Amino acid sequence: MMERYLVLEDGSVYAGEGFGADRSTLGEVVFTTGMTGYQEAITDQSYANQILVFTNPLIGNYGVNLDDYESLEPQIKGVICHQVARRPSNWRMQDTLPNFLDQQDVPGIQGIDTRELVRKLRQHGTLRGAIVDDVADLASLVKKLRAAHPTANIISQVSTKSPYPNPGTKRNIVVIDFGIKHSILRELAERECNVIVLPYTATAQQVLNLKPDGVLLSNGPGDPEEMGAAAQMVAEVEKHLPLFGICMGHQIFALANGAQTYRMKFGHRGFNHPVRNIATGEIAFTSQNHGYAVDPASVDSDKLLVTHVEVNDGTVEGLRHKQYPAFSVQFHPDAAPGPHDADSLFDDFISMVDQQRSERTNA
Amino acid sequence: MPKRTDIHKILVIGSGPIIIGQAAEFDYSGTQACLALREEGYETVLVNSNPATIMTDNEIADHVYIEPLTVESVSRIIRKEYPDAILPTLGGQIGLNLAVALSKTGLLDELGIQLLGTKLDSIDEAEDREKFKELMQRLGEPVPASQTVETVDEALDFAHQIGYPVIVRPAFTMGGTGGGMCHNDEELRTIAANGLDLSPVTQCLIEKSIAGYKEIEFEVMRDASNNAMVVCCMENFDPVGIHTGDSIVFAPSQTLSDREYQMLRDCALKLIRALKIEGGCNVQLALDPNSYHYDVIEVNPRVSRSSALASKATGYPIAKMAAKIAVGLNLDEIKNPVTGTTYAEFEPALDYVVCKIPRWPFDKFTRADRRLGSQMKATGEVMAIGRTAEEALQKAVRSLEIDQKDLFSAPAHAATDIQLEDKLVHAEDDRLFYIAEAFRRGYTIEDVHELTKINDYFLDVVHHLIELEGQIKDHPKDLATLKTAKKYGFSDPTIAKLWQMKPDQVRALRKANGIIPVYKMVDTCAAEFDSSTPYFYSTYDRQNESQRTAKKSVLVIGSGPIRIGQGVEFDYATVHCVKALQSLGYEAIVMNSNPETVSTDFSVSDKLYFEPLTLEDVMNVIDLEQPVGAIVQFGGQTAINLAAGLAKNGVQILGTSVKDLDAAEDRRIFDDIIKRLELKQPVGLTATTHQGVIDAADQIGYPVLVRPSYVLGGKAMEIVYNEKELRQYLQENADVAADHPILIDAYLEGRECEVDAICDGTDVLLPGIMEHIEHAGVHSGDSMAVYPPQSFDDDIKQQIVSATKELAIALKCRGIMNIQFIIHDHEAYVLEVNPRASRTVPFLSKITGIEMAQVATRVIMGKSLAAQGYHDGLYPESTMIHVKAPVFSFNKLDDVDSYLGPEMKSTGEVMGTDQTFAKALYKAFAGAKMQLPDNGSVLLTIEDNDKQTILPLAKRFALIGWRLLATSGTADFLKDHGLHVETVGKIGEDDGDHNILRVIKDNKVDLVINTMGHDYAKNSDGFIIRQTAIEHNIPLLTALDTVDALLMALENRSFTTAAL
Repeated sequence: MMERYLVLEDGSVYAGEGFGADRSTLGEVVFTTGMTGYQEAITDQSYANQILVFTNPLIGNYGVNLDDYESLEPQIKGVICHQVARRPSNWRMQDTLPNFLDQQDVPGIQGIDTRELVRKLRQHGTLRGAIVDDVADLASLVKKLRAAHPTANIISQVSTKSPYPNPGTKRNIVVIDFGIKHSILRELAERECNVIVLPYTATAQQVLNLKPDGVLLSNGPGDPEEMGAAAQMVAEVEKHLPLFGICMGHQIFALANGAQTYRMKFGHRGFNHPVRNIATGEIAFTSQNHGYAVDPASVDSDKLLVTHVEVNDGTVEGLRHKQYPAFSVQFHPDAAPGPHDADSLFDDFISMVDQQRSERTNA
Repeated sequence: MPKRTDIHKILVIGSGPIIIGQAAEFDYSGTQACLALREEGYETVLVNSNPATIMTDNEIADHVYIEPLTVESVSRIIRKEYPDAILPTLGGQIGLNLAVALSKTGLLDELGIQLLGTKLDSIDEAEDREKFKELMQRLGEPVPASQTVETVDEALDFAHQIGYPVIVRPAFTMGGTGGGMCHNDEELRTIAANGLDLSPVTQCLIEKSIAGYKEIEFEVMRDASNNAMVVCCMENFDPVGIHTGDSIVFAPSQTLSDREYQMLRDCALKLIRALKIEGGCNVQLALDPNSYHYDVIEVNPRVSRSSALASKATGYPIAKMAAKIAVGLNLDEIKNPVTGTTYAEFEPALDYVVCKIPRWPFDKFTRADRRLGSQMKATGEVMAIGRTAEEALQKAVRSLEIDQKDLFSAPAHAATDIQLEDKLVHAEDDRLFYIAEAFRRGYTIEDVHELTKINDYFLDVVHHLIELEGQIKDHPKDLATLKTAKKYGFSDPTIAKLWQMKPDQVRALRKANGIIPVYKMVDTCAAEFDSSTPYFYSTYDRQNESQRTAKKSVLVIGSGPIRIGQGVEFDYATVHCVKALQSLGYEAIVMNSNPETVSTDFSVSDKLYFEPLTLEDVMNVIDLEQPVGAIVQFGGQTAINLAAGLAKNGVQILGTSVKDLDAAEDRRIFDDIIKRLELKQPVGLTATTHQGVIDAADQIGYPVLVRPSYVLGGKAMEIVYNEKELRQYLQENADVAADHPILIDAYLEGRECEVDAICDGTDVLLPGIMEHIEHAGVHSGDSMAVYPPQSFDDDIKQQIVSATKELAIALKCRGIMNIQFIIHDHEAYVLEVNPRASRTVPFLSKITGIEMAQVATRVIMGKSLAAQGYHDGLYPESTMIHVKAPVFSFNKLDDVDSYLGPEMKSTGEVMGTDQTFAKALYKAFAGAKMQLPDNGSVLLTIEDNDKQTILPLAKRFALIGWRLLATSGTADFLKDHGLHVETVGKIGEDDGDHNILRVIKDNKVDLVINTMGHDYAKNSDGFIIRQTAIEHNIPLLTALDTVDALLMALENRSFTTAAL
């Protein structure tokens, strides 16, 4: 067993046992409280350049399988857990988690008091950290951590470099990839959509040239304020096409309409976050993974309506445009991992798209 | 929606006596519900027949009624109290059934009383098999195909339709008797024929077998605004086929991928919404381990045992929230009491693993059928929390307080491979230990999976522990190994055994090297939010979260799992001890391992440690908390057994000292004290060899009472009438006898009674004397009892009081004790002394108004009785008469003889109170489900020795217009004495309608009296008659004193019919 260390920017050191790839790593340490779905989380590109702590004390218990990938090349920098299962067991299993991580060159560390770590992150907010083989030169490592900005310009790293299709029939949807999860594509495929995925750099003209029936802004990692160009694109596109934003897409939609975002202390990562639909009072448990949020005070009530809030801390969870057929949610209606409670938002998007389509045809 | 203001007064129905399948969890849920309703400002009325409950305490509800849970009695309460509404969904099946019955009488409509929570038609839809099936079809949710059949041909037809294997479930047979799995026509023909024959209604359910599927349970909540959420998902270690109450259960689910989990969660939420549940609900699902296919097994439209477990496993108080939902509040309007900052609309995230293991009564019912199946047999359960499944499992095993302290079992070790494989295939209560043994013998996970169908992941948890066991053994005193061992939950004694050391030495080594546990908080949110719940579990990890406070603290040790002989009464006393400590200004710290109870509600104590009650685990908490001392008097034998070890480790045992506790339990010291005080005691001897026992019995003269020393609830205690029986006893109890000496006492005839006494060293307060209705020989826990005594004159009472005082002072009791006497030839003989709270504490507390456990706790903490306003001696007797009646769970257990004897067999108790003895008796019988018609039929099978005693009783039955039926011997005897008796044929004698068993099966009798007891062979006539009566729910009495009491109650309702 290989002893390895987790070092945080505050100088604290946690000894554990390595698994997965045998290399050092550095990233932003964040935690998720989901009790299932480690594979989906690990392959979620929104965790790019982050080291993910699982509060569930056991991961790897049902192995890894092809169906549950959320991206083909995980961008996560490391995995921290209390225990990795020795003997995973599931009828769909194709590989073990440690093997998979090794192949993807992602290091992991187990045997960590993850609860202690989470309490620290809760108090101090997100910290930078590293998984290393030795801590002989702790001081310089800490210095390096403090200087690091792991998630700067991260979307350029995860977004597709060139457009690609996800062929289907019926509706033409353009998806802007800020670090997309496959589950969004799966939801669209299920709803008979012919999808073209564009890089985050797509301009409004490029989008409009494809003459789609609707546009979906995907999730993605990092700071939305870095996405000024994308916000400009959205500000133009929303005038012409039905639009749906998810997570990063939601934040960019907000920015496009004059709102501001802020960095949260430790974010929302997990899938037991209750979100209230303000109009209906209905509450859905939602899958979430975000470290930034829309500042409610900055929402221009002439343009945007806050449609959803988190029940416990009041975070803005959903927006709707007052003039255009455009809306967005901070959470993941595509789940994976997490509850399907908000799944119907995709249907809302599709009916919005269909309505526009029929209006166009009838016009 | 805000809470309702159109209702003010709410009646809460409790769940009655504890029986298998309905235990202390309903005291917990009922108590929580009442408190929640009061918190919202409603006036509450509570009714429950079970006095041994916290919910029947005066401070829980505004008006508390300890009355039978019958339509008749609850109607009287309703007509007196005029509640605006009834909350029936927190009192288990009993509460629910009663609400349905009340509504059918029209009373609720007449008085305009509403039922809160889930609506009755929803309940009906969930509980009625056919309606539920229809609902599932409408929702498109799959259920295992099933059909009720009345002939073998119908069974075959249906099996051909759905394919084998199928399960045959005969309707209304005890413990599913006669059912079974069939793989082909031949098997089905045999089993269905047998099942149809055994079923009283000649019906069997034929069901597609889903044995081997994963069994997954969801605890779900919904409010009237259709918000729904999952509180907890639990996964059974044992696949489908074993009742979930008899399964080892883990939380959160351990083998489900997110896709599977979310698919099942969707189903659970769909069901709770479709059923329009308002409150909590339990959904049981079966998932094919090799596909996405699942089946809905069942839905319980109310809080249940599982919801109590889920509440303790997550910290989320389901019953409390359910009560608030019932009065109109929504989940997003109620604060989560755990965090205080988030709302109740929150799906808990766990960062630990919970393991539940059932506690079965087979240590008491050694002859019972231990096979596990669709009928639940466990009386209680333990829960343990760890950071790994391995740790949680091992902590749970040592919480069980059974012979196995870890995964090593001597019987499993001694089994041949063939026996072992048989044990793996046919699950009994101890299968876990056979799985461990199989791995020790080199069986692979695949081998064991093949035999058990248990998921490989779970099997590997056990396999891992066996690997570690080997590593530990190979590395004596190695610190790294020790650290690993502790991380995976190995106890010091187990490590010591493997290292051939003493547990103390392991502990010393551990502490010297800083290998000590930390305590982590149960906070519903995996540390995401700041919480201040004082609810902790131990683990071997880095950061300790439980901080000792500056306040002086006292550790109260609970009573562990509910079992025969140690029931909810001890939890009651524990909770009261906590209350008294808090009122004295101490921080009360509770340790317990039972998820069902009130004491493990974190809001009861200042700090709750959910931990095994072993010396090591208790010492670890003491090391951290440094309490002024520990109180062991209220946690039954569990806590008392820890006293010596704690004291040896320098812990201050508060109250009666360990030396004095020993004096009460050590035969020799105790005998000396009795002699010195010149008290009377049945002649008794102790022997350590079989010959010694036989000689002692000769010396005393038969009949004698034999038992091992240090027992609880009369385990392995028997009355033997001759040497042959004595030899048989010794042979059967060889393993018990090996550990402890055997006690042999003269068996005296007479009335038994018991007292609980509180002593401060100077004064001795006797709240009351309870007279037993049955003769000595029936265990005190199984006896009916009455307060105040009905047949003792002042002289006898005086003897009892003065003997109690002398004993309490001589035994240096500080706190509470219990003494049992037998009144023989007008003299009080001391039978036994228990230097702790007994099971009569709640009963006597309720009827005398003296909160005995609280008074005793204050005495223990140094406040004298006088200072508390109590006087020395017997407390003035009340004018009301109170009768306690035991309640049994025989219909849940196959092959347990229901003949009452010195071994305790009851699982619960009820109380009947009224102005006369006869009325109080009637209520007690009614509460114990012995409500009899005014003119019924009684079937008598009486042993020769008892014939003189039965004669006057039979005459009394005849006088109040009952028909007498008897087998030839008894019938002839009664006929000779001028009674009109119908003779029925003995077993095997007559196959016609007049055969004794046929008469019972055809419900032609209302009561069976059977005293054929001494031959306890399974095939004896007496046993078969009793078994048949129980299977057909015919009230059965085996003690003639009980018959006498019953007659008194019946006579009181009857009129005299005498010709001039």
